[in-house]
Amino acid sequence: MKYLDEFRAPEKVQSCLAEIARLLKGREARIMEVCGTHTVALFRSGLKKLLPKGLKLLSGPGCPVCVTPNSYLDRAIALSRLPGVTVTTFGDMFRVPGSSSSLEREKASGADIRMVYSPADAVELARQDPSRKFVFLGVGFETTIPGVASSVLHARSLGLRNFHVLCGHKLVPPALRALAQDKETAVQGLLLPGHVCTVIGSTPCRFLAEEFHIPSVVTGFEPLDLAKGIAMLARQIAEGSAHIEIQYGRSVKPEGNPKAVSVMDSVFRPCASVWRGIGGIPGSGLEFRPEFSAFDAARIPAEVEPERSNPGCLCGSVLKGTRTPADCPLFGAACTPEDPVGACMVSSEGTCAAHYRYGRES
Amino acid sequence: MELKEVRDETGVVEVGGVRREIQLTLMEDPKVGDYLIVHAGFAIQKLDKDQALKDLELFAEIERRAGQP
Repeated sequence: MKYLDEFRAPEKVQSCLAEIARLLKGREARIMEVCGTHTVALFRSGLKKLLPKGLKLLSGPGCPVCVTPNSYLDRAIALSRLPGVTVTTFGDMFRVPGSSSSLEREKASGADIRMVYSPADAVELARQDPSRKFVFLGVGFETTIPGVASSVLHARSLGLRNFHVLCGHKLVPPALRALAQDKETAVQGLLLPGHVCTVIGSTPCRFLAEEFHIPSVVTGFEPLDLAKGIAMLARQIAEGSAHIEIQYGRSVKPEGNPKAVSVMDSVFRPCASVWRGIGGIPGSGLEFRPEFSAFDAARIPAEVEPERSNPGCLCGSVLKGTRTPADCPLFGAACTPEDPVGACMVSSEGTCAAHYRYGRES
Repeated sequence: MELKEVRDETGVVEVGGVRREIQLTLMEDPKVGDYLIVHAGFAIQKLDKDQALKDLELFAEIERRAGQP
């Protein structure tokens, strides 16, 4: 496939690996891949096992489903129990446990919960059935948010009054700032998420190098992209420099996609938000601008149960990169992809699910 | 994914012989023949073909350098 196969060439990956080893000369380094898609791609491509021994890769808080707190799920579940309400969601939210239930369980007990591939499909469902209220679960980072915002604008232009979004969206740069400030996380380099930066550009991440002196490379998702991104980080680490580089230039521009950003900004505005494991981060969430409040599903009255955390689950520390899945007593025993306790085991991009599926780390 | 048809704010892309409708509301001036990055049914960026080729040249350079001490 054009522009795809070229980025999977094994002999080129080998060269990048040799370059990484040459640059690091056996020194220890901890780098974090922020994005869940990177986590999975590093395992699936086998790269994780081929990197020099001293180079430790940590998974960050870049799986939207994983960082969504129980309180959000509890509200979604409460909404799904209301008569006349249909909940539409991306598939990966379906099995995530809330405080005492999950969307999957609610559907089994009769709630109308439907999976959609795109928020545009959720608007179409609402258009087809004006007798029901449709609540779309808006979960995702800057990659997903412009599409949701565009769908809200579309619903408004259609005059729909039965389309609502429960906004659980999160912004990546404020979370990166929180991580950079966290002494426990302490990484020497960051692989920045290619698709988030496709939308927002690399400029909003410049503070990582300028204020915190952390080498950072915006990286793509094919094996060669990842190997090259890590080689670029290794070079900065070896030189003792810190700047923001773009490895994934075929998709990422410093300014991103300004049209997508302006669509997002026209519908939503930043607010404080709670991340599973990390806690509250100022300016890291989004809420509807007042002129769009009619679309806000958080305004639909519902009886939400008090939030409870899942006892023993280490998802929070795994998301910060301070613990690995193997450190968790539940991992692979009480918590498996078939019967997950924590969100990181549910999502296909979750760190625990990736470790479970592609082999436990030694 | 290669853009095959543009109809107002929706388009049809083809990948591996499969055609799919996508939204073009986030794109500035999409054209048939563009390669698009698509996420959750929305095109979020055009793939920069020149840059893709430049990236591949950079890899060739690394290959040359990797042999050196």
